Amino acid sequence: MIDFIVRRLIAIIPVLTVVAILVFLMLRLTPGDPAAVIAGDNATSDQIADIRTKLGLNEPIWTQFVIWIGDMLQGNFGESFFFKKTVAELIAQRIEPTLALAVCTLIFAVGISVPIGVLAAYRQGSLLDRVVMGFSVVGFSVPGFVIGYCLIYVFAIELGWLPVQGYIRIGVNFWGFLERMVLPSLTLSVGFIALISRITRASVLEVLNEDYIRTARAKGLSNRVVLMRHALRNAAVPILTVIGLGIAILIGGAVVTESVFGLPGLGRLTVEAVLSRDFPTIQAVILMFSVVYVVVNLLIDISYTLFDPRIRY
Amino acid sequence: MKKMMRRTFGAIAAGAVLATGVASTGPALAQSKVLKFVQNGNLTILDPIWTTAYVTRNHGYFIYDTLFASDENNVVKPQMVDKYEVSADKTVWSFTLRDGLEWHDGTPVTSADCVQSIKRWAARDAMGLKFMDFVKEFKEVDAKTFQIVLKEPYGLVLDSLGKPSSQVPFMMPKKVAETDPFKQIDSQIGSGPFIYQKDESKPGEKHVYLKNPKYKPRSEPASGLAGGKVVKVDRVEIVEMPDTQQQVNAMIAGEIDVLEQPPHDLIPVLKKDKGVKLVDWNPLGHQFIIRFNWLQPPFNNQKIRMAALLAMRQEDYLKATVGEPEYYKVCSAAFVCGTPNAFDAPNGLLVKPDFEKAKALLKEAGYDGTPVVLMQSTTLPVLTNTAPVTKQLLEQAGFKVDMQSMDWQTLVTRRTKKEPASQGGWNVFHTFSVAADILNPIATSYMVANGDKSWFGWPTDPEMEKLRDAYAKETDPAKGKALAKAVQDRALETAQYGWIGQWYGPGASRANISGWLKAPVPVMWNIEKK
Repeated sequence: MIDFIVRRLIAIIPVLTVVAILVFLMLRLTPGDPAAVIAGDNATSDQIADIRTKLGLNEPIWTQFVIWIGDMLQGNFGESFFFKKTVAELIAQRIEPTLALAVCTLIFAVGISVPIGVLAAYRQGSLLDRVVMGFSVVGFSVPGFVIGYCLIYVFAIELGWLPVQGYIRIGVNFWGFLERMVLPSLTLSVGFIALISRITRASVLEVLNEDYIRTARAKGLSNRVVLMRHALRNAAVPILTVIGLGIAILIGGAVVTESVFGLPGLGRLTVEAVLSRDFPTIQAVILMFSVVYVVVNLLIDISYTLFDPRIRY
Repeated sequence: MKKMMRRTFGAIAAGAVLATGVASTGPALAQSKVLKFVQNGNLTILDPIWTTAYVTRNHGYFIYDTLFASDENNVVKPQMVDKYEVSADKTVWSFTLRDGLEWHDGTPVTSADCVQSIKRWAARDAMGLKFMDFVKEFKEVDAKTFQIVLKEPYGLVLDSLGKPSSQVPFMMPKKVAETDPFKQIDSQIGSGPFIYQKDESKPGEKHVYLKNPKYKPRSEPASGLAGGKVVKVDRVEIVEMPDTQQQVNAMIAGEIDVLEQPPHDLIPVLKKDKGVKLVDWNPLGHQFIIRFNWLQPPFNNQKIRMAALLAMRQEDYLKATVGEPEYYKVCSAAFVCGTPNAFDAPNGLLVKPDFEKAKALLKEAGYDGTPVVLMQSTTLPVLTNTAPVTKQLLEQAGFKVDMQSMDWQTLVTRRTKKEPASQGGWNVFHTFSVAADILNPIATSYMVANGDKSWFGWPTDPEMEKLRDAYAKETDPAKGKALAKAVQDRALETAQYGWIGQWYGPGASRANISGWLKAPVPVMWNIEKK
């Protein structure tokens, strides 16, 4: 097991190297000059050229890359062109809302999708099954921001139960935090619920036809025990895999959801950085997201062993 | 059932929030008057000299003060200055500061601070650069008095020091103002009516300002950006909210108090809500601009530029971008209708197109049919529809147009390129200005015509520069006005650029908010929350 983890951790290095090169090159090759953005609307070409020189953007691309990689290896993510802060500080300041959104979304998504997926499989062909499958199609098809606006209209504007937007840090006011997390997490979890419930249904259906399920029933076990202990546990591996892959959806969705609900997280930071061509911030945030994605999937791989003893690393 | 649910949920939530909220923030904040303000954009840069961003300019007005400021009628009045004198030959200006001016750290504001602040501002601002061409030296007479000695009379000394919009000559402590103008400042210490709370402020989330208890407002009533800056709330929070639909939702739900400028298409939604009122805080409004690249064909040819201007029809632009006539004005004056320098363009130019004349000019100029590259910004909603209108009007005049869509940041990068359009350059694009930035020939950067030192498009016209210089030197207002008209006429004669419509965007506030001043900048003093 330890060998496996070490090998997987080592494998992160080439992945991150490729991501770093791609991000760096894409930013340099796409149009947009941070110096022109910084200089503002009244700036002359000379002023823009001066700012470019001060930011080091006139150096050859490979020189800029070597400097950046060198700094990164020393744990220095650089300084934002715009915020007058180090990128590490910016990320530290913005990580809480994104983390909170991700955790709440996962709780909502797994808490809702796995039970309804199992029930849909158990009652295959029933009205419940059709409703769950119908929901999963709609959940996939409707963009997150539309769901967000609909939820806001109903629960914040018409009913007035929840705030429209904003974020309160968990340490400042726990209830305020919870109130402001409900709608964004629900919005982001809809697509996730659709995905996981569909996979759960398919996996459980497959398992329900296995001999050992028939044996369990023949032993006189209750439906609940058969479903939860025997069927779901054996169907867990594909479900976990989808949850791991879904982290990418979560990261992408956070960008939109945070903008819609005014959450000051990493998703919004990414949008702001891209729009203003804040190269150091974009590079660091994308690298960080890559690390998170790889590490979460490593954890998912490790967790397979908990559900399926045949899996050995 | 629904009502019961709502009451129950509301009661639980309100109780919980009240209990935890009061416990966590303390009774002082619970009782204080907090004004929640949403601007048009995120405040990321806190140095109003380093950037021209309007959100940063607004931040500047919170924490800094100015030597002079323009009132509601655009008349420049002393602000930090108590009295000023000008020598008989109009080359020595003496300024004495008011008593009791203090920086937020408690140290007094001195003439040395002001001199250094003017120097830093003048290194970055177009009007400041022009001003410095006339400045021979600054003299610090004593702690409260300083002089500006000019090489020759300059007609815009007070207009420069009282410039209302980006970049505003804000006064900063000398040590801060000594920062390289091309580097951002580190300190947020000013002498203005609000004190910035760095520890509480989180870029991307909110910025917090407390009332400056030591600020001594002028005795005159507040008017525009001038007069007594009396703060009537305890605290202002700029809430960062990028989504305009959410800004409107939050205003309707009562989560914010003041909204700088909702988009025109959402104004009807706000109008329907009785708890919200619209405020025309910026009566001068804004102006759309069309800018030609003088360096590359075909717009390096005066006749072809004129053919393009002949095709312009302001109302088409205004209908396509703003929609409601209530919020726009057809105005052929370069220096904004409703101001002293407003003059109509001759022969219906910019208002009534003459496509036949435009076609004849194109033929005369030998236009070869090469498509002109028109850059369209798709990320600034108010600009998005300008380019399609231009494409249609130019095509009606006989041009071939290649409209290329891009985000605003790409456009501002590409507009710096002087290469031919086929090599990544451009021929024409649109922008807009706050009217307060374009009230005279010196402040209006589009009027500069000295080649490489001009704004993008790089027009070269020595005659225009002579007229602008003459305007700058003129100290007689009547003669100055005549020169402003001559500048406008010259810009039209050479088709230097086009001004294609004036528009307005009201702000929104909750009904319990009053005292929002009419000014080119949304300022938070004088505002009351009941």
